[in-house]
Amino acid sequence: MIGIYLIVTCIISGLLFFNRNSFINYLLISIFLVLQCIFTVYEYDHLYSEELNYFKADALAVLLLITLSIISIPAFYHSYVYISKNGDKPKERAIYFSAMVILIAAIGAAYLSSHIAVTWVFVELTTLSASALIYHRRNERTLEATWKYVFICAISITLVFIGILFFSIAMQEAGSSELSFDALLSKAPLLSPFWMKLAFLFVFTGFTAKLGLVPMYTAGIDAKDKAPSPAGALFSSVLMNVGFIGIFRTYVIIANSPLHTWANFVIMIAAFLSVFVATIYMMKVKNIKRMLAYSGIEHMGLVMLGIAAGGIGYYAAILHLILHAFVKSSLFFQVGQIYRIYQSKSIYDIGNYFKCNLTGAIVLLFAFISATAMPPSGLFVSEFMIFRSLFEAHYLLMLMIILFLLTMIIWSFGKNIFKILFLTPSGFKDSNFEKINPYESISQFILLGLAVYLGVNPPQEFVNLMQESVKVLPH
Amino acid sequence: MEITAILNILLIAFIFSLMYISIANRLLTFIKILAFQGMILFGLALIELQDIHPVNLAFILLETIVFKTIAVPIFLNYVIKRNNITREAEPYLPNFISLIIITIIIASTFLLSNAISDHYLKKIYFVVVLSALFSGLYIIVTRRKIITHVIGYLVIDNGVFILSFVIGDDIPMLVNLGILLDIFVSVLLLGIFVNKIVDVLKDVDVNRLRNLKD
Repeated sequence: MIGIYLIVTCIISGLLFFNRNSFINYLLISIFLVLQCIFTVYEYDHLYSEELNYFKADALAVLLLITLSIISIPAFYHSYVYISKNGDKPKERAIYFSAMVILIAAIGAAYLSSHIAVTWVFVELTTLSASALIYHRRNERTLEATWKYVFICAISITLVFIGILFFSIAMQEAGSSELSFDALLSKAPLLSPFWMKLAFLFVFTGFTAKLGLVPMYTAGIDAKDKAPSPAGALFSSVLMNVGFIGIFRTYVIIANSPLHTWANFVIMIAAFLSVFVATIYMMKVKNIKRMLAYSGIEHMGLVMLGIAAGGIGYYAAILHLILHAFVKSSLFFQVGQIYRIYQSKSIYDIGNYFKCNLTGAIVLLFAFISATAMPPSGLFVSEFMIFRSLFEAHYLLMLMIILFLLTMIIWSFGKNIFKILFLTPSGFKDSNFEKINPYESISQFILLGLAVYLGVNPPQEFVNLMQESVKVLPH
Repeated sequence: MEITAILNILLIAFIFSLMYISIANRLLTFIKILAFQGMILFGLALIELQDIHPVNLAFILLETIVFKTIAVPIFLNYVIKRNNITREAEPYLPNFISLIIITIIIASTFLLSNAISDHYLKKIYFVVVLSALFSGLYIIVTRRKIITHVIGYLVIDNGVFILSFVIGDDIPMLVNLGILLDIFVSVLLLGIFVNKIVDVLKDVDVNRLRNLKD
C-alpha cells in the first residue's frame, strides 16, 4: 500500500503544482485526505507487516501515523481559510499546497521506514518541502528564516549521514552489511563500542534539528515563527515527531548494547540544556509564535528526559509526544486567527481577546491549561509519569531543577497568555477588527478534547499500541 | 607506483588543500580548491571502489568529475559574477591564525586517530575525514560572507564523501546516498538561495541576517 500511496501522492502533488484552478485544487486536497485516511487504516490493520523491503508498520509508527492523519485534516482546513482570507495568487497557492502534501507524505514514510538510510532520505525530503512552506510569503524575514532553516538542516542531515556511515563501519566489522534497524538491533551487543558511540553522537546531534533539542534547535524556532500558522502547526507537532522517531530507533539499538548508561547520560545533558534554554528564552520573547516554539522545545526536553530515565518514562515519553502534538497544533491554529484579527504577533499589540473573538479566547484558555500540563489535560498525566520515572531512577537533583524551571516557564507563558486574554493594550482600536466565524475554532476544541480523553481515559487499543512500542527497550 | 602510495599521496594532497583554504583570500581561490578536491575524489573513487558494479562505478566517477569538479565551481563563479560579490573572503580572524588553527585541527585528529586501534579502517582515512569536517565547520564559523558558508559546507561534504568510499566496496548504496546528498545540497543551497538572498538582501554579508532575534 505504501508504494501506491507514495506514487499517488507524487501525482497529486505534481497536479497541484501545475494547477491554477481553485476548485480542482480543493478537489485534489480532498482526494489526498481520503487517501491518507485509507492508508492509516490499512497500516493499522496490517500491524507489523513489512512492505517493499524497507517499510515496516510497527506500533510506534502506526501511533504516530494516526496522529499525523488526525492533525493533517485541520491543517488543510486552516490552510484553506488562510489562503482564501489572504487573497494569495494561484501560483503561490499551488506551491504551498503541493509542498504541504509532500511534507505530510514524507513524514508518514519516515515514520514507517525500517531502514536507517530510507529514514534519512525522507527526512531530507521534509527539509525541502518545509523550506518551500516557510518561504510562502516572499519577504526579507521569511527569506532569512528559510535560509537559516535550510542551512542548519543541511548540516544536520550531513551529520546524520556521517553517523550512518559509522554504523555501517561497525556492522562491517561484525560481518554484516545490512543496515535495517532490525539487523542493527540483532547485532547490537556485538558492535564495537567506539564506532557505536561516535555513530550515536552524530545521529543524535543531527536529528536534534528536527526534534528541537540543544544544539540544533535554532533552525526550528525561526521556521515556526515565519511560516504560515497551519504550516507552523505541522512543524511543531508532527515534524518534531520525525526527529523523535529517528533518535528513538537509534536509541533502541544503543540501549541493547553495553553503552546504555552512557547514552542515557548524553540524552540527559541535551534534554536538561533544552529545558534550561527554553526557560530563559520564554521569559524574554515578546512574539507569541516564538514563545510557542520555545514551549515546544521545553516539551521535547521533557520527552527525552523520560526516555533517559527509563522505567515508566518510556511509556510516558510516547504519551507526552502524542498529546503534545495535538495541543501544540491547536495552539498554532488559534494563533493564526489571532494574527488575522490583530495583524501582529507581538504581545504588546494584542489584548482584550475575549471581546474580539469569544470562542477563540476560550480555546486559548483551554490550550494554555493543557500546554502547561494542568489537570484535566492529558499532558498532566504524562508529565507526572515522567517526574515519577526520574524519581524512581534516583535523579533527584535533576528533578528538582526541572520542576523549578517548569515553574518559571508556566509563569512566563501564563503572563503572556493572560495579557492577551484579559488586558487591553494602550492605543488599541477595537472597532474595526475582523469577525472570526466561531465554527473555525471547532477543530481546536476537538484536538484539545482528544488530548484530555487520551490522557485521562485512553482506549485499550491505544494503551496496547504504546506498550508494544516500548517493548524493544530493556526494562 | 604502488597503489597504496598513490592513495596516500591523494589523501595527503586533500589535507594540504584544507590548509590552503585557511589562508585563501580571494573567492576564486576557494572555487579552484573545490575543483581540485573534486579531482582528488575522482582519483580516490577510481582506486578504492574496485569491487562494485562497473555501471555504478562509472556513475560515481561521472558525478565526481562533472558535478564536483566542473558544474559546482562554474555555478559558484556565475553566482559571484552575477551578484557583484566583492571577490574577497571577509574573515573574522586574520588568515595566519586560521592557518594555525587548522593545523592544530589536523594535528589533533592525528592524535585522536591514534587512540583507535582499529585494523579495519586505515588511520589516514579517519584523519582526512575528521579534518575535513572540522575545517569545514571552522570556515563556516569564521567567515562573514554567505557564499563562504556554502563553500565551507561543500568542504564538509567532500570529507563525508571520502568516508563513504571506505564502506563503498561492500555497501555501494551508501556512496549513492552521498551523491544524493551532494545533489540535494547543491540544488537547494546554491541554486535557489544564494541567488535569492543576494537579490532580496542586496548584500552578501551574513551580518545582515540579524533581523530574527528575540
